[in-house]
Amino acid sequence: MNWDSFAAFIDMGGRGAFVWGSYGVTLALIVAELWALSRRRRDTLHRLLRLQQLDTDRSAT
Amino acid sequence: MNLFKFSSPQTFYSLAGTLAPVFGVIAAVLATVGLYISFFAAPTDAVQGEVYRIIFIHVPAAWMSMVIYLAMAFWSAIGLGLGTRLSFYMAKALAPTGALFCFLALWTGALWGRPTWGTYWAWDARMTSQLLLLFLYFGHIALTNAIEDARRADKAGAIIALVGAVNIPIIYFSVKWWNTLHQGSSINLTKSSMASTMLIGMLIMALAAWAYSIAVTLVRVRSIILERERRTDWAAAEIRLQGAKA
Repeated sequence: MNWDSFAAFIDMGGRGAFVWGSYGVTLALIVAELWALSRRRRDTLHRLLRLQQLDTDRSAT
Repeated sequence: MNLFKFSSPQTFYSLAGTLAPVFGVIAAVLATVGLYISFFAAPTDAVQGEVYRIIFIHVPAAWMSMVIYLAMAFWSAIGLGLGTRLSFYMAKALAPTGALFCFLALWTGALWGRPTWGTYWAWDARMTSQLLLLFLYFGHIALTNAIEDARRADKAGAIIALVGAVNIPIIYFSVKWWNTLHQGSSINLTKSSMASTMLIGMLIMALAAWAYSIAVTLVRVRSIILERERRTDWAAAEIRLQGAKA
């Protein structure tokens, strides 16, 4: 076991800002990418469905 | 099995839908194990103390940024050579995730450089060529989005991917070819200068990055396939079905 306490774990031998700055930004960007992906899928489907409906309306008239 | 079957966007669309969650789960499991090793199993480094733990993200991210660019170049070459639309979709789907890992390699490198070398950044060959890689990713994304004619956009993107691939061996060998602030590689195929727990942790994190990249690329390529194939009967039916639910 490397850590005597939770505080020691956070402190990372005095280098906590660098270590957690690395892991934190990595986590944040991964979450952001996953969020953007699910949004993209939804937006694409909405947009393409509307385009399709516009095409059908146009060919009906 | 006929592999050419999967070059059809329709077949690949459903295959990607099946495989993406599988790779997602693999990535989550590997990342959990990898993080456990990174913080609890791997010992404190005798020279660097705890800050070396950045390596478990830094090296996998840097590797991934190079591998993804090579994969983009590969698909671009196939697309240009065989005229397969799906190859260009794959190249386009890979780019944002490649850019993400490239940025993370630079970011974690800066945060690691400051306490160990005394600087966030130096214009040495390794860092400069890695920064160039980030701009190549941005260039690919911007160019393929800016050109309205989709087929021309595909070709322009393919050219950036193929020409830019020259930069990958430059990044990889820069620490050998030039006298860089960045250290040489700690591991290669025949020997390693790292403690084995550290090495295993790093390799597991690298595999997690692979699985993650495959999963997100497959999800992204499904949106691209629908956009580009929307006039085909199967895609139109899929859009009607899924669009009503979304």
